[in-house]
Parts: sequence; structure tokens; C-alpha cells
Amino acid sequence: MGKRTIVPFGPQHPVLPEPIHLDLELEDEKVIRAIPSIGFIHRGLEKLVEKREYTEMVYVAERICGICSFGHGWGYCKAVESLMKVEVPSRAKYLRTIWHELSRIHSHLLWLGLQADAMGFESLFMHSWRIREEILDIFDKTAGGRVIFNVCKVGGLRRDIEDSELQGIAARLQRLKAEIKTITDTFFDEPTSVSRMRGVGVLTKQEAYDLCCVGPFTRASGNVIDMRLIDTDGCYQDVDFQPCISTDGDCYARCRVRVDEIFESIRIICAAIEKIPAGAIDVPVKGNPPEGQFFTRLEQPRGEAVYYVKGNGTRNLARLRVRTPTCINIPGLVKTLQGCDFADVPILALTIDPCISCTER
Amino acid sequence: MSYLHFAGTLISSLFKKPYTTSYPFKPLEYPERMRGKITIEIEKCIFCGTCMRKCPAGAITVDRTNKEWKINPFSCVQCSCCADNCPKKCLHMEQHYTTPAPEKTEEVFDARVPGNTQNSGNSQPAGK
Repeated sequence: MGKRTIVPFGPQHPVLPEPIHLDLELEDEKVIRAIPSIGFIHRGLEKLVEKREYTEMVYVAERICGICSFGHGWGYCKAVESLMKVEVPSRAKYLRTIWHELSRIHSHLLWLGLQADAMGFESLFMHSWRIREEILDIFDKTAGGRVIFNVCKVGGLRRDIEDSELQGIAARLQRLKAEIKTITDTFFDEPTSVSRMRGVGVLTKQEAYDLCCVGPFTRASGNVIDMRLIDTDGCYQDVDFQPCISTDGDCYARCRVRVDEIFESIRIICAAIEKIPAGAIDVPVKGNPPEGQFFTRLEQPRGEAVYYVKGNGTRNLARLRVRTPTCINIPGLVKTLQGCDFADVPILALTIDPCISCTER
Repeated sequence: MSYLHFAGTLISSLFKKPYTTSYPFKPLEYPERMRGKITIEIEKCIFCGTCMRKCPAGAITVDRTNKEWKINPFSCVQCSCCADNCPKKCLHMEQHYTTPAPEKTEEVFDARVPGNTQNSGNSQPAGK
């Protein structure tokens, strides 16, 4: 039996964009146990629901996360709309799906860049983020902001995208497809990259299921869990959505699933642009949210997020609760860290695509 | 598998123009819909206070008695809620951001001062 040591990892670490702390119990170079701790950036956004009107809370909800800001705005609106029994127009559903899938592409490209950076592949990191910049440009042109969109509202959307502009987005994405393929193929073809990811941090299908993992993390282990399959608030049923699955359960499989999702998202966006109906983008919403509660789920880039709202008949909701995907993936991360090499910890910590701002809200 | 898979991309990058803008030597181009700094055409304003009530950040103060419209641009979250709800359409979002400052100053637009259509030395530190 080797010498046991405890090595602290984070909250400030070069590979971590956000603060999570892991106490790594090592036996020589092998990790025996990892004890996570979070709570460094708690902001108490959910509590603000008592002070902000339900219409104003959308802006707060969007600020839960800087990467999937649109998704959080949508998730919150979806929950309030369901509570108030508001039916969103069809065009708004399509546009929400398009913006959300663009967010997914940008989130996955960001993750690919960070993964390349964690492996020490700086040029791949730069090129991944260069392509991501093109998606941010689309956000800037359509929503008026690169990170915070402010387009979602209870009852629909605040901004429309003209059909000519939508065609331009589709053409731009088709052009980007080849560039993305060149970049992403490097992850799977370059021997240095493959050797860092293949067989590292394996999580079996049953383990992922038992630990309630969500998103690409569980899909890479072979579980077909994707909220888009049963979604009725977007247009996923109209565009023949197919979830991206892999069965190996290692870092390589997680990377493969995320890359496949980028191409699937491009396909969804192009199909949605072809089928988007004309018409209004919002419906007037009158009155206050009634007494009652509602749960809803949304497939964020990192996995399934849960939104719970409780109305009390006033303009302020009584309660808002958001369960984010990173929060539920941390037990899975701890499991994958058991028995791994110490040098693989940064790669594994990134492999769940951690978003600690979401987790702590 | 090949070690030179990425070499093509890297070599072709050498002959391409820089992707980034050489700011501040070249001005940034903002899109038409950009949500930038809020500005007001004070002569059109009727001081109804809708913008103040709608602002989720509480950045706007409207004083109907003194005909003053104030904004703290550093509290503004640039959601364009005020501009969208303004009945006289006198609020606009400019295509540039608020200039950084060492102190959070409020911008005061006074309708009684002729030609005060912008923050012309009328600013005062927020909360004072």
C-alpha cells in the first residue's frame, strides 16, 4: 500500500473556469477518493423572486448562467406560462428552439476549447473559440447582446428574426459545418488527444443511471435521456430530433457526444428555419400568476435542468427553484475520479462541463 | 490517425488576415440591433414614469415636478425594457457602451435647461 496524501484541487486552478474545490485523497499517483465542496459564488438569485415581479424575474433568470442564459430564461418563462395557462404562438416556439440550439453549439464549442486547453493543445483551443465567435456574432445581430439575450418574456418573445436573416443564419451554419468538422476531427484523430481521453474516467451505463447523471455525461454512457425527445414547448417534434448517444462512457465518448450534438443542433436549426411559420411572436399576458405550483424540465447544453415555480396570486412568485445539470452531475464526477491517475483529474473535472455559477445561482 | 492532422489548419492560418479587430486603432463595428447605452430625447418626454416602473434594475428616476429624468448607467442591465415601453418613443439604445468611469455617476437630463439633450456636465455621483 502506497503513501496516502490529500491534495487540494481548486477552487482556483488553471483548468477550472469556475470555482469548485476537490479534496483528492491519493495513494501514490492514484486518486482513491474525491470530496467535492462548492459554495464559493452563491448569489441568492432564487430569493430575488420575492422582490421582483414575475415579468422582471426573466432578466434575473437569464443571469443564472452566462453560457446557457437563453435556456434559463426560456425555462423560467415556460414554467410561468404553464402556471398561468398561456399558450405561446408557434413562431415563438420555433425561434426559441433556434436560439436555444445556437446556445448549445456555442456552449459545446466553448467546452471543446477548454478541453483542448486542459490537454495543452493551445492552437486547437484558439480555433474552437474562433468558430464560437461566429455564433456569438449571430446572437449579437439577432438579439442585440452576445451573452445576455433579453429576448424571452412570459408569453413569447420580445424580438423577431426576419425570414431573410434566418436564411442567412442557415447559410452561415452550413458554411461553418466544414470548419467545425476540421477542428473536431482533430480531437478524434490526433494521437496525443486520443491518448488523453480514451479509456479515461469510465462510467458505466448503470452507474450513470444510478447516480442520476444528465446530459451528454449520461448519454456518453449509453443512457437515452434527453428532454428534447418529449419536449412540447419547442419545435423538436417537428424537426425529427435524434439524440446523440455513445456507449463507451469515457472522456472520448463524452467528447464524441458533444461534437455529434453540435452537428445535430445545426441540422435542427436548419430544419426549423425551413419550417418556421409566420405569425405573432407573443401573446398578451394579463393578471398575476395564480396560486399553485408547476415543475418543468428543459434540456440545457449540459443536461436536464428543472424549474419549479410557486404562485401565490400576487405579482411576485412565492418560490422559484432551479436544479441545474452540473449540480446533479457532481456525484458522477466523484465516481469517475475514483481510481484515476492524478494527472487525469483536470480532464475529468472538465468532462462534465462544469458550470458552477449555474449550480450555486 | 495522424500527428499532422491539424497542420493544414495551422499553416493556412499563417496566410489569413487576423481574425480579431485591432481595437482601439480600428473602431469596432456594432450590429444594428445592439443594446447599448440608453439615451433620451428629453424634449419629447412627458415624464409619465413608465420607464421607471418597468426598469427591472431600478436604474431610472423620473421627477415629474422638476422635469428631471435621471439614469444610473452603471446599474442599467441594457434590457431595453424602458425603450420598448416608452409611449412617446423618446428612449433609444445607442450603438456603444457606457464609458467606464472611476465613480458611478448618474446622468441627469433636465427638460427646463434648453438644449440639454445629453449629459452635458450635469452628472452627479449616484446616491448623493
